[in-house]
Amino acid sequence: MAESLFWALVAAFLLGCLAVAAASLDGALGARGRGAGNLAGGWSAPLAETARLMRQRRRTLVAADVLLWRTGGAALLVAALLKVAVVPVDGWALADLAVGLVWFNAMDVTVWAAVWLTGWGANSAHALIGGYRFLAQGLAYELPLMFALTAPAVAAGSLRLAEVEAAQRGGAWFVLWMPVAFAVYCLGVVAFSVWGPLSVAAGVDLAGGVLAELSGVDRLLVLAGRYALLATGAAFAVPMFLGGADGPLLPGWAWFALKTLLLLAVLVALKRRLPVLRPDRFVEVGWLVLLPAVLLQVLVVSVVAVWRY
Amino acid sequence: MLESVVFWVLAVLAVASGVAVFRVDSMARATYALAVSFVAVGLALLLVDLHYIGVITVLMMVMEMAVMAVYMVMFMGMNPALMPMSMVHDNRAAIAAAVTTFVVLAGGALLVPWPSRREPDPGTVAGTAQALGEAIMGSKMLVMLTVSPAMVATIVAGVVLAGARGRYDRLGDDLDRRPADDPQPGGVGR
Repeated sequence: MAESLFWALVAAFLLGCLAVAAASLDGALGARGRGAGNLAGGWSAPLAETARLMRQRRRTLVAADVLLWRTGGAALLVAALLKVAVVPVDGWALADLAVGLVWFNAMDVTVWAAVWLTGWGANSAHALIGGYRFLAQGLAYELPLMFALTAPAVAAGSLRLAEVEAAQRGGAWFVLWMPVAFAVYCLGVVAFSVWGPLSVAAGVDLAGGVLAELSGVDRLLVLAGRYALLATGAAFAVPMFLGGADGPLLPGWAWFALKTLLLLAVLVALKRRLPVLRPDRFVEVGWLVLLPAVLLQVLVVSVVAVWRY
Repeated sequence: MLESVVFWVLAVLAVASGVAVFRVDSMARATYALAVSFVAVGLALLLVDLHYIGVITVLMMVMEMAVMAVYMVMFMGMNPALMPMSMVHDNRAAIAAAVTTFVVLAGGALLVPWPSRREPDPGTVAGTAQALGEAIMGSKMLVMLTVSPAMVATIVAGVVLAGARGRYDRLGDDLDRRPADDPQPGGVGR
């Protein structure tokens, strides 16, 4: 009991480190984009922003539904923490659920509720539209994401993440023969983190959307939650698609950390590489392109799995 | 010991948030109180080792409630959706229906002569679950296989009939207008 509590705190701390690393990288990329000669200010941007937000007074709004607003804001970070519980590092997970994969999926659906509540609670038009935008986007990305998650499960014959990871040990990593599922999964991670190309819910055209009215520690929680979700998405992809702790020379945990950091860096960098997608456009792409593509991918994986056993 | 504590916490949470659905005065709060109730039930299912069903209940219900909140606010077109409003109407009939349902279900649970386990103990929970699945679905698989395509066809037909704009509106009488005339252009450029 005490031991698992200790490891839970360690996992939370590591997730925090990953989130800070992602925020730092984003700050540095932003500073470089602005043409700053010295990137130190960019790398330390998350610390400066945290200090600023911790000192800022909370904004009070007329007729805000404070309970739902605060719940939604905190739920992003909670969902990310509950997700890392099932991610195995070298075969060992905090909670090695037999349905770990479904658990991850259930937690990323709670982000729907969290983002909408953050938009709704503020009693502000911009924030509310941001919340609705996220649900519209959710209808486009969630089903392809779900099917993308089934592909490794079918190949490994298990919903337990440690077994999915073990199925790739010493063999072909799943990313090599299910690249479509991996790409769709990454898009899903970007979407449920309200990040980069799929960040219309917090778009600048909406004065920040769901972020518009957030201030002080509430804003800090939501921003930290977004980075934490991005980090869990990267960490989860490692046992699912990238062979888990599989790799030569270095110990397993080092490979896990290396792969997570690399994928996280790519996801962070996407923000400045791709334009923001409008939900009304993206819905059609999701249903007419992504969904058939990922279904074909699952078909291929299923045929291989049947032929193999 | 820990299991009973968790069960009672979840049970009280499920009932309390179920009551809250009718006591709060906001659409959003009512919807998410219902979501909390369902999540508590889903987590309680984990206690009887129904892992998949429990987690999938959480997944489905959170998603459904997120979408339902949007529809409730949308169809309650007038201002009350955004203003404090009562979540109950037609109290007497509702109370009668609720009490009847509860009595029937609870009475059924208590009075039905449940079969005792005849087989030598299947040993594992998985064995029991498999036996239950066979008993419920085994002889009815053909029916289910026939019913599901019919249901899908019904859903598709319903959506087609309900759609305000069909392909002739989009593509013209000869279906040859390109690009299609859409009030809201899609992302694929059809």
